Parts: sequence; structure tokens; C-alpha cells
Amino acid sequence: MDFSIASILALDGVTNGAVYALLATATVLLFAVTRVIFIPQGEFVAYGALTLAVLQTGQVPGTVWLLLIMAAVAAVVEAVDGLRQRRPVGLVAKGAVLTLAVPLVIATVAMVAAPMNLPLVVQALLTLAIVTPLGGLTYRLAYESLADATVLVLLIVSVGVHFALTGVGLLFFGAEGYRNPSFWDERFNAGPLMLTGQTVIIFLASAALIVLLWLFFERSLYGKALRATAVNRLGARLMGISTVQAGRLSFTMAAFIGALSGLLIGPTTTVFYDSGFLIGLKGFVAAVFGGLASYPMALVGALGVGLLESFGSFWASSFKEVIVFTSILPVLLWRSLRDPHTEED
Amino acid sequence: MKLTKTLLALAALWAAGAAQADINIGISLPLTGPANGLGIPMQKGIGLWPASIGGEKLNVVVLDDGSDPTKGVQNAKRFVTEKMDIVMGSAATPVAIAMSDTVAEAATPHFMFSPAVLQAGKDSWAFRLPQSNAVMSHAMLKHMSKLGVKTVGFLGYTDAYGESWLKDFQAEAAAMGVPIKVIATERFARTDTAVTAQALKLTSANPDAVLIVASGSGAAMPHKAIIERGYKGKVYQTHAAATRDLMRIGGKDVEGAYVVSGPCVIAEQLPDAHPSKKVAIDFVQKFEKANGPGSRNQFAGHAHDAALVLEKIIPMALKKAKPGTPEFRAALKDATETMGRTVVSHGVLTYSKDNHWGFTTETGVILKVVNGDWKVE
Repeated sequence: MDFSIASILALDGVTNGAVYALLATATVLLFAVTRVIFIPQGEFVAYGALTLAVLQTGQVPGTVWLLLIMAAVAAVVEAVDGLRQRRPVGLVAKGAVLTLAVPLVIATVAMVAAPMNLPLVVQALLTLAIVTPLGGLTYRLAYESLADATVLVLLIVSVGVHFALTGVGLLFFGAEGYRNPSFWDERFNAGPLMLTGQTVIIFLASAALIVLLWLFFERSLYGKALRATAVNRLGARLMGISTVQAGRLSFTMAAFIGALSGLLIGPTTTVFYDSGFLIGLKGFVAAVFGGLASYPMALVGALGVGLLESFGSFWASSFKEVIVFTSILPVLLWRSLRDPHTEED
Repeated sequence: MKLTKTLLALAALWAAGAAQADINIGISLPLTGPANGLGIPMQKGIGLWPASIGGEKLNVVVLDDGSDPTKGVQNAKRFVTEKMDIVMGSAATPVAIAMSDTVAEAATPHFMFSPAVLQAGKDSWAFRLPQSNAVMSHAMLKHMSKLGVKTVGFLGYTDAYGESWLKDFQAEAAAMGVPIKVIATERFARTDTAVTAQALKLTSANPDAVLIVASGSGAAMPHKAIIERGYKGKVYQTHAAATRDLMRIGGKDVEGAYVVSGPCVIAEQLPDAHPSKKVAIDFVQKFEKANGPGSRNQFAGHAHDAALVLEKIIPMALKKAKPGTPEFRAALKDATETMGRTVVSHGVLTYSKDNHWGFTTETGVILKVVNGDWKVE
């Protein structure tokens, strides 16, 4: 291996690492706020990439129907709950309408816009609008009533949600993969390195999102409420912060990050309905580097996973995944030796 | 689900009222699940089968296995308890392998719609209708030596398909005595997001040709990766990549690629001397008349070929025994092994007692991607 090969591999690793970093951030966020280890994070990546791919063909993507169905079920669940607690009928109806309103608007826009062959950027924004609300709805339907359950129960629910979302993905998008057109076709050459426009976009988008998240947590009231919930759920509740709202907000953010990652990797590879799982799992490995608690460490972990993967596949391509996933063992060992702690639940 | 229920109801109906002498055929296909892209065209092909062969009515029962080995075995058990004369399927390799034990124990001829490799001695009742990788390697190696390729870089799936291609390709090269060597071996998985590192290693080894072993739309990503790394040599793809998904996703990067394929999908372009030309055109015309222009598909071709085999072996077996008896099933197996040269839409089949793979080396055709379409080399 000479310097040029090493630099190409490093660039490749950092590019993939940037996407893993986004997913690791989402994983850490969800675990901190809701204690859910969210395995289906990768499904939103696949949904994002494939929804855009279907929009490209001028058809209405299946995720629109999924959005409508999930919103309808959530509205019914909410109405039944409200009536059981003997709230005024008017208030219950208003709640149900509010739940349905946003998805209905998005779905209508999607159905009108799908055959119009709009510019790629508009379709990308539409994709984000379709996939992002799925996160909050997933939390409502699968996790909200179990919010106080143990981490293990929540993990098992996650496994179920993962299978459900993968199956739905196969139903909507079929077994064949798609590759999206590049957002920016420019190519830059620097010595042996070839930087494509898409790589630049991946770096910029990841960096921008991480800065935005930092600003959100440091400067905004919602961000501070999420942080408070992460530090101490009961304490946050006593201070008047709704943990239910915190959960919905963090899941919505996770779905947004997932869909955005999907848009970023869509033009660099072929995405299948089940591609998301491994990508999400690598984000999870990166999050474990940070002990599922530290964002900067998760970022470092993500770049580490990306580099390990790219150099690993150069030296021993058949053992690539083995190398990546085995690397989690020494990290776990180091973490448990460094700060031993007892199970909270 | 609904389809399964309807089919089950049909099966029950048949069990209650069918005439005794009918020939019963049980077929398990992946109509749902990840492999449904293989099963659905086959079901359409089976829909065009003749109603009777050799004067006996055919009772065909198609069950869905959902691309799931467990359900495939359940289907196989149902077929053998109902004493089917012939069992077929599945089109998904893991399902076909799982079914084979049950069917073989019941001493029933088993026609597989997938190139399933079974352990030695386990395939005495199983016959494959698709081509083996070895027979496809033969066509590819012949083309390579014509173009003067001496060194090959391998970039394939880290699964049974990739592994068996690598093995069969090298074995076939040795058997043919051509001086073609695999000088670099790299692997990847269908769900990988990048193969940059593997592509770098292959291009630095600089072989005369790169062989990509992947299937369907998964075959385009590695292809694009080696072109992006500036590889200028020839690129070969296997028959699992011989679908339009390669061009749909690969675009101009797959231009000029060589893809080995069965002859049936490009029937009209076959040279007149090709033994399958007539049968393949007949299949394409019949199938596209029923399913619309451009609907032809290699798996539907296998379904068509299955009917051609049945038309040959059923009259032979009827001379020896009556349908529904173990003797008839044994006679069907003997007939398949002794039927001799049978021209089908995918090539020429000659099964024998020791060879249950069937296809002769006449089957493989090399296609070149020219202007986003197939052209026979």
C-alpha cells in the first residue's frame, strides 16, 4: 500500500463515517431521551432513499400510504384514550384532527406533486416531509404506552418494529434496488484523490446537521427540555416538561436524520428495502463507542468505524463485517473496566 | 395471504373430487418475499402449460413458499402426503435445498427451478432446470480466450453464489485447458454501501478482465465502482445479472460489459444455427402474447422448459405404470435420465444417471451492453 491508496481509502472511510456519525447521533439522542435502543434507525435511511427513487419515476411512493395509515391509527388510539378518560368530546375530536392534519396535507402535496416531475431538490424536500413524521408516529404507536418499561422490553419492541418496517418496505418498494441521481455531478481532482460533488455534499450536510443539533441542544428551549429529560425523567416531569412530547420530538428528529442520511447515500450506492439495517447497525456500533451517551465520542467512533471498514475491506474483503463488528468487543471491555456501574432498572 | 388461501382451497377441492388417473404436479414458488421477482414470472409461465399430456389430464397445484425454507418444507410435505407424481420448485435456492430431503425420501421426482448444489449422493431424485455455473463459465471462458484474456480479477458476493462461481470458473478453466488465471479475489455483500477498497485492489492488480458475480440490481454498484477507479479492461457479469436492472442502475458505466445469459431472453437475435432458436422464439411469442410485449423473462423460460420436459417424459413413463403409483414416479425418474437430447428454450438438456444438471455447453450466450440494450456477441 502506498500513500495514494491509503489516502483514497481514508477519504472513502471518512465519507461513510460521516453518514454513520449522523445515525450514531440519532441513536444516542433516542437512547438518552427515551431509553429506546432504536434498531430500526436504518429503515428510515432506506425509506428516505427509496421514497426519492420512486418520486423520480413519477409515482406516489408507498410511504405516503404508510404515513396516512399510521396517522389514522394514531388518531383512533388517541380518541379512544381520550374518551376512556372522559375528556370532553370536542377536545378529543380536536386532538384527533390535529394528529391527522399534517400527514393529510403532506400526502395531498405528495400525490399532486409526484407526477409533475419536479426538480430533484424539491423532490428531496418532499421526501424529508414524508419520512420525518413517520418517526413520531412510530413512537406513538409502538413505544409511548410502554415508556416506563425496562430497557430490555423497549429493545425487544425495537426488534419487532424493525421487522415490521422492513416487511412494509419490501411491500412498497419491491425486492430490487434503486440508485438515485447525484445532487451535484461535479468532480474535483487533488493528486490521486477524486472528490465527487456528492462526497462534498455528504461532508457539508453532516457537519451542518451536527452544528444545528449542537445549537438546538444548547440554545433552544425544546433542546434544553430534551436534555433535561435525558438527565432525569422524573425531575424533568416535576419541572413541567412533558416526557411524552420529548419522546415524540426525539423520534421525529431521528426519522429526519435517517431520511437525510438516505438522501445522502442514495446517489453513491444501490439501496434495497433491507439495506438500512446494516447501515443503522454500524451507526449503533459507533454510538456504543460513546457509551450511548456522548455525542463527540460517537462522532469519533463513527469515523473510526468508517475507516476500519474501508481499510478492512482492502486487506480482507471477506472479513469486512467481522472486523467492524468485532471491534465493538474491546470497546465494551474498556468501557466496563473504566467506569463499572450497576444496572439502573 | 389471500392467494395462498385460494390455492389451498383449490388444493382441497382437487383432493376431494379429482379423477384417479390424472397426473398430479405440486409446485412450490416464492410468490411473496424477497425472491418473488423469480416466482411471479414462473407462475405466469406455468399458466401457459398444456391442459393434458399423453392423453392424461394435468392437475397442477401451485403453493406459495414466501421465499422461506420452512414454508417450502411444509409445502413439500403436503405434496408427498397427497402422493403427487412430480414435485417442482422452489425458485429460491435455500428453499429448494430445504425441500429436497422431504421429496427424495418420498421417492418423487423433484424438478428444481434454481441451480441448487446438493451434497454428493443427495440429488438422486432432484433435477435442476436452470443452468449450472460451470456450464455458464464455459461460455464465458470461451469468449475470454477468443478476446485474448489471460488474467481475471474476481469481485463477487460473499455467499454461496459468489463462492460457487469462483470454484466452478477455475475448475472449468482447468478442464478446458485455457491459460486463464484468477489473479485477485475480492468479495462484498449485497447490502454494502461501497466497494471502493475492493475496486482499488483489483485495479492495482490490473487484470485483463474483471468478473463480477452479483445478482439483479446488486450487480451495478460494483461495476460502477471499478469504472470510477479508472479500470479500462473488460468487465464480465454472470447470468444472475442478465436483467434490465443492470442498465437501469448502471447507466452508461455498464456500457460495453459482457453478460453471460441463457438464450431465451434474446431469442430473435440468436444465430440461426443455435439449437434453441426455434423453441426460444416460440416461448417468447406465446409468453408475450399472454403477458404483453417485453414481458419475457429467463425464469418464465424455465417454466416453459419444464413443460417441454414433461411432454417428453410423461408418455415414456405412462408405458410402464399408472399415475399415482410409486412405480410411475420411478418410471418418471428413469425417463428423465434416459430422455436424451431435448431442445428447450434455454439450450439443450441431456440428463443422465450421474448428471442431474442437464444443460450442455450450448446453453450460454454472451451478450454485450450496447446503447443500453443487449446485443448477442
